[in-house]
Amino acid sequence: MIVETGHFALVLALALALAQAFIPFAGARLGDSALMGVARPAAIAQFALVALAYGALTYAHVASDFSLLNVIENSHSAKPLIYKISGVWGNHEGSMLLWVLVLSFCGALIAAFSAAMPARLRADTLAMQGLLGAAFLLFILLTSNPFARVAQAPWEGRDLNPILQDPGLAIHPPLLYLGYVGFSVVFSFAAAALIGGRIDAAWARIIRPWTLGAWLSLTLGIAMGSYWAYYTLGWGGFWFWDPVENASLMPWLAGTALVHSAAVMEKREALKIWTIFLSILAFSLSLLGTFLVRSGVLTSVHAFASDPERGVFILAILVFFIGGALALFALRAGALPVGGLFTPISREGALVVNNLLLTVCCATVVIGTLYPLALEAMTGEKISVGAPFFNTVLIPIALPLALLIPIGQMLAWKRGDLPAALQRLRAAFVAGLLALGAFGAFEGAPWLSVVAAGVAVYLVVGSLSELMQRALLRGGSPGATLARFLGLPLSAFGTAIAHAGMGLSLLGLAATGWGVENIVTMSVGNAYEVGPYRIVLTDIAPRSGPNYTETYATMDVRRDGAVVARIEPAKRFYQARKMARTEAGIATLGLGQVYAALGESHADGTVDARLYYKPLVTLIWIGALVMALGGAFSLADRRLRIGVARRASAPLPQAAE
Amino acid sequence: MTRKGKRLTLISGALAALGLAAGLVMFALRDNIVFFYTPTQLVEKHPAPGARLRIGGLVKQGSVVKGEGRDVSFVITDTAKEVAVTYTGLLPDLFREGQGVVADGVLAGEGRFRADSVLAKHDERYMPRDVAEALKKQGVWQGEKK
Repeated sequence: MIVETGHFALVLALALALAQAFIPFAGARLGDSALMGVARPAAIAQFALVALAYGALTYAHVASDFSLLNVIENSHSAKPLIYKISGVWGNHEGSMLLWVLVLSFCGALIAAFSAAMPARLRADTLAMQGLLGAAFLLFILLTSNPFARVAQAPWEGRDLNPILQDPGLAIHPPLLYLGYVGFSVVFSFAAAALIGGRIDAAWARIIRPWTLGAWLSLTLGIAMGSYWAYYTLGWGGFWFWDPVENASLMPWLAGTALVHSAAVMEKREALKIWTIFLSILAFSLSLLGTFLVRSGVLTSVHAFASDPERGVFILAILVFFIGGALALFALRAGALPVGGLFTPISREGALVVNNLLLTVCCATVVIGTLYPLALEAMTGEKISVGAPFFNTVLIPIALPLALLIPIGQMLAWKRGDLPAALQRLRAAFVAGLLALGAFGAFEGAPWLSVVAAGVAVYLVVGSLSELMQRALLRGGSPGATLARFLGLPLSAFGTAIAHAGMGLSLLGLAATGWGVENIVTMSVGNAYEVGPYRIVLTDIAPRSGPNYTETYATMDVRRDGAVVARIEPAKRFYQARKMARTEAGIATLGLGQVYAALGESHADGTVDARLYYKPLVTLIWIGALVMALGGAFSLADRRLRIGVARRASAPLPQAAE
Repeated sequence: MTRKGKRLTLISGALAALGLAAGLVMFALRDNIVFFYTPTQLVEKHPAPGARLRIGGLVKQGSVVKGEGRDVSFVITDTAKEVAVTYTGLLPDLFREGQGVVADGVLAGEGRFRADSVLAKHDERYMPRDVAEALKKQGVWQGEKK
């Protein structure tokens, strides 16, 4: 009964989404406020219905209702509760339902926080959101129904893919989708603005928090996914340039560019057309990613079993929305008023270059992801484009970008003073050069890693020095300086923190050049050197968990004779799927990590293992967390929020009809 | 600077950046792409020994032989043709006989392939797409159970 209620709720949500798509839109054209007023309750009710459907599917998973095909294929009665809940999105049907849940959640949020917004903009935005919801609800109901029943329920399910039975995977997809699908809000706002023909600083102020929120979630989601891959897949890598990873990186790069161009538009009314274009682009790339992942055109390590029907359906959605939005853009962008003037050497100028470099990075990732598909379609040749391609293209673009960031931060709006900015960055340059010297002293370090590490240190110091200098500018007592520091706007902290986070990640990435990787065959009592540590295998034993058995090794990590950590890498075996999984043993020592993963056990009692020493590796993810923290600071800036309310509550001049 | 001058600076800057990026992309695509073959395609196209390739197929039943230390050899098949593969290192968790696998490496001549990395897929339902197609053609496909 609960399952049928969920199914029914999903169908109702579709009907409601269609109403939300067309009634407010017609209302906005006719100037009928009653019709426009349908948008808000419809958006909220649509979210409630999708949430109900989602809840029903979760219930079926938790209660192990094996009359549902989705539950049979992805659950098992012995599975721990948390994975029964997270298993809902660990498969195609459920993850699409989560996608729509997040989409309708975004719609409901717009409805809830748009009281002060111009009625027409709100109606058009929610109509667009409704249209997106309708398309994806239709997709779920027609091709990927999670509520499909089987005639005869089996006693037991097939269990969730063991690799997905992990706390990291329990939170990674929701975060990722919040970011990914969160860009739909900005997309809808852009489409609505193009339809309405009014785009100004107030519009930029409205979309800024949405952009930041989506960007922040996506940053955390990507970092989470990368750390998950690092510790569960047992190969010690954190990024594979797999098309599915690229699918989340593409909107992230476009979204990062958008965060910056929206700032220019809000402060200076410049870059309007570009900002609108990026708003469309960010979500279009999310849709492209969804298509790549869900359609089965990729033989990716992440892709679920392919189904051509789904592929064609998502392709149709993709073409309809991206094509429609771009056509709208082409028709209307020329008519938009041109914004504020600035010289090339200015904050705006620096942000334009930043946007240029970010979009070039984004285009590179798109090309690297789609080129193999295009080539296969045209010539039948199958190729793979991996890390060497992306490194060759992205590093020469990313390093100059990193050099530019602190300089841009130092430049004034409208007309900047480059020599003065460079002079204010003295400390950062010195720090970078010192780092270059210090890291260069490491033996065997690749020169590119040394350069990247130098740039990274410069970036961290440079990002923070703007704040310091603003506080120290007028001298005075330490108390006054501190007060001035604390009085700086939160968004200034946000910028500095996010950029410093970028620097920390870059330092972590650069430090991979100093890593030590050994593959060894160990027996109990053996010791191996990895970097400054000595790893001693003390025991190998079997153990059993709730739905698996495992062989685990106990290893002492010693430094100068003393045991500094004990790790237990394991090889698990999941009975239901007859699948093995590696649990890496990781010891975090300072900012670096010792990483051990077991390979095969041999009859003579020895075991193969990967033993890695990864200096500063945690900075890769700490940097991402710091970036997201910076985003949160900017998001929390009171000035911005009050700005929204004040702007909006003052009667906005209406466009002449 | 005038509006026109500004626009010109912007456009020339953008073109320079795009040109540079396009150059980098062309360079990287020429040197860093790896062709993917099934065993049948390998036999048909017989690329020169020493070429960097990816081979995808199924691990042939009964073909996995452990050698000295971490040496292992196995046969990748698409049920029509076979390629003998040698590899030194740790095999991924999902590596099993009869399952889909992708080997990255260098062709050593005489149809032998020296892999330097072996990838098995996340899901046991996965197998390389053309292998699935080949299996379907020959009527020995067993996946996608309902």
